[in-house]
Amino acid sequence: MPSSRRSFLKTTALGAGAAIAAPYAFVRTIDQAWGAQSWIKKGGPIKIGLLFSLSGGLAVPEEDSTLVMQYAIDEINKAGGIAGMPVEPVIVDAKSDFKVYSEKTKELILRNKVVSIFGCYTSASRKAILPTVMAQNHLLYYPTCYEGAECTQNTICTGPLANQHSKDLIPYMVKNFGKKVFFVGSNYVWPKESNKNAKIWLEQAGGELLGEEYIPLGGSEFGPVLNKIRDAKPNFIFSTVVGASDIAFHKQFKQEGFKVDTMPIASLTTGEIETRAMGNEFGAGHFLSAPYFEALDNPTNHKFVEGFLKSKYGKNGTTHYNMEETYLSAYVFKYGLEKAIKAVGLEGITPRAIRDHSGGIRVEDDVSPEGLIWIDDQNFNTWLKPKIGQCQADGSFKIVKAAEEQVAPDPYSIYPDLGKCTADGLKAPDGKIRKSVI
Amino acid sequence: MAVGSFFGSFDLSSFINALILGISIASIWLIAALGLTIIYGTAGVINMAHGEFIMLGAYSSYMLQSYFGLPFFLCVPAAFVIVGAIGLVLERGLIRYLYKRPLDTLLATFGVSLVLMQGVRLIFGSDPKYIAVPPMFTSNFQFGFVNISAFRVIVLAITIALVVALWALFYRTRFGVQVRAVMQDKEMAASFGINSDRIYMLTFAVGAGLAGIAGSLFGVLNIVLPTMGAGYVVQAFLVVVVGGGTLAGSVVAGGATGELQSIFAYFTNDTFARFVLYVLIVVFLRIRPQGLFAPSAKRR
Repeated sequence: MPSSRRSFLKTTALGAGAAIAAPYAFVRTIDQAWGAQSWIKKGGPIKIGLLFSLSGGLAVPEEDSTLVMQYAIDEINKAGGIAGMPVEPVIVDAKSDFKVYSEKTKELILRNKVVSIFGCYTSASRKAILPTVMAQNHLLYYPTCYEGAECTQNTICTGPLANQHSKDLIPYMVKNFGKKVFFVGSNYVWPKESNKNAKIWLEQAGGELLGEEYIPLGGSEFGPVLNKIRDAKPNFIFSTVVGASDIAFHKQFKQEGFKVDTMPIASLTTGEIETRAMGNEFGAGHFLSAPYFEALDNPTNHKFVEGFLKSKYGKNGTTHYNMEETYLSAYVFKYGLEKAIKAVGLEGITPRAIRDHSGGIRVEDDVSPEGLIWIDDQNFNTWLKPKIGQCQADGSFKIVKAAEEQVAPDPYSIYPDLGKCTADGLKAPDGKIRKSVI
Repeated sequence: MAVGSFFGSFDLSSFINALILGISIASIWLIAALGLTIIYGTAGVINMAHGEFIMLGAYSSYMLQSYFGLPFFLCVPAAFVIVGAIGLVLERGLIRYLYKRPLDTLLATFGVSLVLMQGVRLIFGSDPKYIAVPPMFTSNFQFGFVNISAFRVIVLAITIALVVALWALFYRTRFGVQVRAVMQDKEMAASFGINSDRIYMLTFAVGAGLAGIAGSLFGVLNIVLPTMGAGYVVQAFLVVVVGGGTLAGSVVAGGATGELQSIFAYFTNDTFARFVLYVLIVVFLRIRPQGLFAPSAKRR
């Protein structure tokens, strides 16, 4: 039956054509739709998406992020909202699964029509959702530390970059404990990039790298690594081990007879919550570099800690750097949106407009528990003061050193050949600008 | 990596330390696999919830310690009883209907693992918990250049004790004779008056209880989290499959994998060691799919 076969072919061809064209048509309708009506209706509410994992392996840090965001939103709403409009969070569970992160991103943007997304804790999940965020020209607030080497026009980060994180920690450890260091990290992109930065600081400080070992993500057997460290006899250990492995590492460090006074671990991730999970006796004496510690002694932080722990969101009983960075992102959003509304009016508000007006946004001492920070007007990461804390016997941290000046974020500090991240894209040394580089 | 660098840094005392560590790693692999060996070897159930039984063991120790103030060493046997009881309930309520459908047990136990994980999260929250041990167990022993942590010695001792106890249970008691009879031929055993249903129930409970003991020990070495079991279940399955589902097989397989892991990690690094180990296991199973010591007689 040639005719029916032909019609079959025709239908198939049409179908295939439609399938290929569909995403474009879809994007265009979205654009048109939003061209006609604004992202925020007059009087609100201002919808934002909270894209964190509430179940699965990443739930430990990310549940706290959701809670502290809700706390910040309550605080903002109590003080009159943003430009008189209340903020309304749309909370989704990304289930620690990168496919779900990406699905929920689409859902938040297309169905819930949120004006910004706050989310992710790992670089892997961020990289999973960025293509969608960029395709929709949307805005992601990434509220924790990461390695850099990204230049999109759709993200704002409120945590330290690799170039800020260990800048003071390595010279401090070399000066106080000795030149010889051993690197231990989890086996994925962030520890490896962080170690590249740390090596530069180590060289400048005149230190010597004795070894570099990586443990599978989630691995809990540190016997072989600790045996190597015992043989190498470093003066201190620089650790980028994350999550559950980090707790196993600190426990086994002590169980294997290592002494914290003569060979402390200098970490980028072992904060208040980790110390509590491993038990204070395993955490005491080790060092952490972070922009925030619960023990920071200033009125804003006292208010933040007390207010959060007393609120219905504070059941975990502690604050830590990741929480505080997430808290800051809510205020960076508030100020950015207010500035954008002033500039383009409520009708002109798009996620991208908020981002474009967020350059140079400052969160002052009286709001930011870690002290004044501001958003870089080129790469939209945060100028902040990294601090070094030493864990005490009671699990709290004593701040032993704080940067005197805010350190500039530079996502391409170790890749000068690739260029500099600017507001419009990655500017290569030859002057060419590439947009949306991930 | 140059071949020279593999052996360039060879140092006898560190190598001996690596061998000793290998025994300890082996004991961790083996104790994680013991419960699974019993359940798989006797009833043929592929228990995907084994990791969650380990997790329950850790949580029951945490609970007994922080709510009832039980000293750690009583928490270990208590974990056996509690998780064994949970296993018993599970076997009576679900698994016993699936013995004739082994593939369905795989799905059903996977579902159980999700339920247990989420249930624990609802009860205890998803923040990590902490099991305290007496200070003497957080130190190490040093004899000359030999170095080993006290807690690793304890894990090793408990593993040896459990293996001996299991051997005695299977080869020196009336119950053991019945279990082996059911393993070899269920119908024939039944015709001699052995209640195979009861045998399955008890072995499943004992297997779950053993996972509970492993969990209470891992909670000290590692971290107590609803998801902690996932890391151990793969290791446990490897040991059981390589061993062939028998106790002796698991002991040898656990010993070999632990030692190889430690030796490869000594010469290269931990990630590469895992890679080599898994490749070797795949090759081994290609040559000998039934495992090291497979039961030779017919099953059921």
